[in-house]
Amino acid sequence: MARALINVPPKAKVGDIIEIKTLVSHPMETGYRVGLGGEILPRNIIQTFTCAYNGEEIYRAEFSPAVAANPYLAFHTLAMETGTLEFRWTGDNDFLLVETASITVE
Amino acid sequence: MRALALALLLVAPLAQAGEIPAAERRSDTVTMSAELRAMQADDMANPASFWALDGQTLWDAKAGTSGKSCADCHGDAQASMKGVAARYPAFDGATGRVLDLEARINQCRTDRQGAPPLAMESRELLDLTTYVGLQSRGAPISSSDPRLAPAIETGRQLFSARQGQLNLSCAICHDDNWGRKLGGATVPQAHPTGYPIYRLEWQSVGSLQRRLRNCMVGMRAEPYPFGSDAYIALEAFLMFRAKGLPMETPAVRP
Amino acid sequence: MSQTPTNLTRRAALTGAAATGAGLLVLRSVAPASATPEAMRAVMRTIVGDAPLRKGRVQLDLPPLVENGNTVPMTVTVDSPMTARDHVTAIHVLNEKNPQPYVVSVHMNHRAGAPHFSTRIKLGDTQRVIAIARMSDGSFWSGEQDVIVTIAACLENF
Repeated sequence: MARALINVPPKAKVGDIIEIKTLVSHPMETGYRVGLGGEILPRNIIQTFTCAYNGEEIYRAEFSPAVAANPYLAFHTLAMETGTLEFRWTGDNDFLLVETASITVE
Repeated sequence: MRALALALLLVAPLAQAGEIPAAERRSDTVTMSAELRAMQADDMANPASFWALDGQTLWDAKAGTSGKSCADCHGDAQASMKGVAARYPAFDGATGRVLDLEARINQCRTDRQGAPPLAMESRELLDLTTYVGLQSRGAPISSSDPRLAPAIETGRQLFSARQGQLNLSCAICHDDNWGRKLGGATVPQAHPTGYPIYRLEWQSVGSLQRRLRNCMVGMRAEPYPFGSDAYIALEAFLMFRAKGLPMETPAVRP
Repeated sequence: MSQTPTNLTRRAALTGAAATGAGLLVLRSVAPASATPEAMRAVMRTIVGDAPLRKGRVQLDLPPLVENGNTVPMTVTVDSPMTARDHVTAIHVLNEKNPQPYVVSVHMNHRAGAPHFSTRIKLGDTQRVIAIARMSDGSFWSGEQDVIVTIAACLENF
């Protein structure tokens, strides 16, 4: 099942500011909604997102229940060297999703 | 409160009623905010991409006693399914029935793959219809089979007939009052250009039948059962009514 | 649509009717649902501590009229050179009237390159959204945006 979509430019020059877009499949259930049977739907959210560039954390986000279902996050980073970007989402019910993307920096 | 808003809308005399002139026909994408249009236009921002990607996986997955996948018969969907959803609902010569895309996929499953039909609004059926629908993105809606005429006529009658506790018809909102405000929302022309859609209200992808059911609940009418001929007739009429507009599957709607 | 006088009259009547409906919507949304503006101020104090919170340098882009509060596109932009000596270290987005005051926080350093991010949030009601940026010199700056949240004309379930 497709869980995350990540857009990283495959190539960049040293010092370029590149945009990274991420979209992850997740209900982001708030814990405040009522189900069809009248029961409270338990909270089920992603709590943390991190992006590491060749092992160094360059961006971190903390999500609350007020982040929309199927969370979208677009941010920037400086292209420093050729390598790997690692994206990690963690959340309720032991949710863990790790994806990577490569970038060539000239 | 919404019922009151509807009632207020109805006390105004209806000076004229009728179908939308061809020159004024347009997708309801144009009345959405720039932010939502951008979300629809960018596959990286449109959550329906997950349904389309899973549909691609299912397209290639073997199913049922035949051990065949969709791809085993139809090959690459990007070629074989191009423009197909723009012609649905379609007349099925073998059974003499009109089938929407969901019914056609389920007919393939039961008759060709030897697999159980997928439930309406199940994730798998939405995945497949989103993936097949995506192959028609940009293609003009073109329902031209004369054998669809009886279904289109039934759909037209259902569209125009008053029903439910609010005594409304589809046409009162979507032919006579499109573009006006109902509370904070703009009344849409309601062309089915982008189904299945990712609807913010649902926080999920859903079919045209689910959207029609939603309208009937809004009118306080008894919804038809999923998969019924009444829904398929309405779908056939709506596609006929939207003829020429480009497909936008999977669209985003509020 | 044809522009006959009859039609114009009908349009005027319809506009009036719709406006009445909208008025009812607004009335409902300003009814006191909870005391979370205070909760938001408490959270602001935990973020900022004893430091002054200055207005400016933070731009919050949200549609002023939201078609559905379940998914509201949002972009936050901070005025910062993003150098090693002078950059944004965190941006916190808070709201007044959702059940909880926190929306999202992001943490970065000068390697972010550009001081802005986009995401999509939920807004349960018409309210004010505030973004607070912490700079590398320890100062805090804020920007805010008022958002009107409308509800769909026809919901799926009642």
